[in-house]
Amino acid sequence: MEFLVGTQFNFLGHRRAAFILSVVLIVAGAISLFVQGGPKLGIDFDGGTLLQVQFERAIDAQDIRDALADVGMGDAEIQRFGGNREAIIRVAQAEEGIDLTGVILQALNEANPDNQAEVRREELVGPTVGRELRAKATNAILIALVLILAYISIRFEFKFAVGAVAALVHDVAITLGMFSLTGREISLPVIAAFLTIVGYSLNDTIVIYDRIRENRRKLYGRSFTDIVNTSLNESLSRTLVTSLTTLLVVLCIFLFGGEVIKDFAFALMVGVVVGTYSSLYVASPLVVEWQVHADARKRRRHRK
Amino acid sequence: MTSSMRWRTLLVIVVVLLSAWKASYTFRFFSLSDDERAQMPAEELAAIENQSLRLGLDLQGGMHLVLEVDKEGLPEDEAHDAMDRALEVISNRIDQFGVSEPSIQQEGDNRIIVQLPGLQDEQRAKRLIGRTALLEFIPVEPPSGIDITFRSIDAALLRVMEEAGELPPEPEGDVQLSETEQIARERPFSSRSVYYSNLAMFPVEDVEWVDEQLARLDLNDVLPSKEGEPGVPRVRLGWGAEDWTLPDGQEYRALYVLEDEPIMTGSAVVSADVRPGLDADRPNSPGVSLRLTRQGGRIFAEHTADHVGDYVAMVLDGKVQSAPIIETRIPAGRPASITGSFTDEEARDLAIMLRAGKLPAPMRVIEERTVGPSLGRDSITLGIRAMLIGGVLVLLFMLVYYKAAGAVAVGALVANLLVIVALMAGLPVNPRPALTLPGLAGIILTIGMAVDANVLIFERVREELRNQKTIRAAIRDGYERAFMTIMDANVTTLIAAGVLLRFGTGPVKGFAVTLSLGILASMFTAIVATRVVFDLVTIRWNVKHLSI
Repeated sequence: MEFLVGTQFNFLGHRRAAFILSVVLIVAGAISLFVQGGPKLGIDFDGGTLLQVQFERAIDAQDIRDALADVGMGDAEIQRFGGNREAIIRVAQAEEGIDLTGVILQALNEANPDNQAEVRREELVGPTVGRELRAKATNAILIALVLILAYISIRFEFKFAVGAVAALVHDVAITLGMFSLTGREISLPVIAAFLTIVGYSLNDTIVIYDRIRENRRKLYGRSFTDIVNTSLNESLSRTLVTSLTTLLVVLCIFLFGGEVIKDFAFALMVGVVVGTYSSLYVASPLVVEWQVHADARKRRRHRK
Repeated sequence: MTSSMRWRTLLVIVVVLLSAWKASYTFRFFSLSDDERAQMPAEELAAIENQSLRLGLDLQGGMHLVLEVDKEGLPEDEAHDAMDRALEVISNRIDQFGVSEPSIQQEGDNRIIVQLPGLQDEQRAKRLIGRTALLEFIPVEPPSGIDITFRSIDAALLRVMEEAGELPPEPEGDVQLSETEQIARERPFSSRSVYYSNLAMFPVEDVEWVDEQLARLDLNDVLPSKEGEPGVPRVRLGWGAEDWTLPDGQEYRALYVLEDEPIMTGSAVVSADVRPGLDADRPNSPGVSLRLTRQGGRIFAEHTADHVGDYVAMVLDGKVQSAPIIETRIPAGRPASITGSFTDEEARDLAIMLRAGKLPAPMRVIEERTVGPSLGRDSITLGIRAMLIGGVLVLLFMLVYYKAAGAVAVGALVANLLVIVALMAGLPVNPRPALTLPGLAGIILTIGMAVDANVLIFERVREELRNQKTIRAAIRDGYERAFMTIMDANVTTLIAAGVLLRFGTGPVKGFAVTLSLGILASMFTAIVATRVVFDLVTIRWNVKHLSI
């Protein structure tokens, strides 16, 4: 079986429309981020205490909230988790020396004596550690970007590197926006997912760049726009097949992998879709724009 | 068949067989039921476990703690080896607590990372690990000493209250204050206390108030000072660990006035054991019996001989645990004991801490991650189910889309998984990399990404075939052309994974490990191994039609 062989889609002809779509997606995310005052950070980066508790029977989030309000923790954040027996309780403070877990558990069990709670996961991140992890994550992303930019500049021309990095910034920006729009938190594994998106998005882009480089030699004399469009069509089948297999497995992690890893899988899922789109409609078209403008400038100079 | 081909075939067979052999331990270990594990000889089980994949705390269940040692205020020579001693003390405590395969490591110059897999009671572990456990034997001041101390606190407090304008207004005209009211005015502090068995006690509901008032004073100047050394107090204050019910039916807590210099500290303790019946008043509650060093025993004997009728306090981390009256001289060699209303567990933990010694400096938990065993098990079940479903979908797709060639790619994928498991279990690094939940996701992701190399190759081969090339030439050129592309594409993902490996902690590191191993392994299985299969089929068996 084969599909999408010998296609002649005019990807570059639609590049303006695609730019508008990208801008709309990014702006929507940016507005959402702005309204919420930045990305919603998990306790990894903000510090705090998180408890995942499971009850013997179904329980109302309001009951949990009431029980916590009785011990002065009315500002705790309660989140449904998986079924209706489980919940995540997040408290901003992470004071050392206070057995917060014990206090919470006791409050819950006293308020609902016939529906005992069990702690399944407990995370405490002190404010110093949160700040450190934030700095580490930022550094990791910056270092990765610089290294990748350097690698592509060595392997390809600089304008290709710019196109590739623009594409992956685009992907991460849209994924970040989607996180904000769906109210998901940024945690350590999500940062790992972001870095994977960076790698994956480039993977796709580079395959197409490789083809462009090859075709520039093979199809010497044709216009650059034409060469890029042909290259996009020639690698289309591979791009879609790989995206499809990757998307299949990521979808499986998202649907069947359990709640703990859902946000991580969500980031990968959005990243794969957006990454595929951006290698077709952002990375290469940007290189074309660059080339077209450079050529026009050259022509103008010649005419003078 | 050329000789290079023969070598490559051999290499592929050897690598796949070795990986399968190594991975078989992992499959065997994890397919054992609890019953089977219980019946198996311990050494045999350990041997299999050592050869198999190690699970991270998030899959196995367990506790990850980061402790910060507060070295501030330590003299330089002590600060120097404080970390080494802290590590040793924590190791001792955990050893006695009984956790299998704990890991205790230093990070940076003031942090300690403790990992306790399969832990049942995390609250208790935290209490046991984090407490300083400084034990001091300190003489308690007699009532005369308490009087002096409380008087000067009264005077200092009056001054502070006056400055703050908190004093009640002078009674107007000739209103006569009762005697109690008069005392309360003149002695705001001591008037709230009562004497009982030669100890000063405050009602339990006043404890917080007392702490607040003491915090307002500069105690170094207020407390009676050493002779000729103003500003250096010769006493300190310490609350009792438990409350007394006095004849008036109210609950009181003793505020001990202790001499500043301890007679001796926990370093004079050789061993500590839990014993019932150490306290005649509470024959059923457990206490901790302390055997002292020879020197400690002698000091204690001398002190008790001189101070019959006085109290001696056993102070743990600033709190008076128990303060028995010295009824008679305690001869050297006789054990001392700490009693109180302990539960069995508290007494046992106290004994553990006293045996393991005190921490050189206070310690704080600055990060904690605990996963209960049930959640870990759920995560494994769900992760493996996601992997199976994803794997089957990819397999079906590859078979339908690339037919026989797709089957070869799927074979390469299975080999890839074997190599990942074998490497994770067999890499000669310490500690062995652990499989975490994100790590499991990394393997699943690899399933999707590893077929990419084959997709690239197959698409190329198809193109070459469309250009009317022979099967041999199409395979050769397809592999050659795709190779550089695969390299370029994988290097960028490896860069991202490499950065994660350096900066990531715990679970995230696990993800970086499986992702990079998966990519590296796929370079071998998806490129070298599949090529061998195609070469064998087309050259050796002379197949003329390629099902791709």
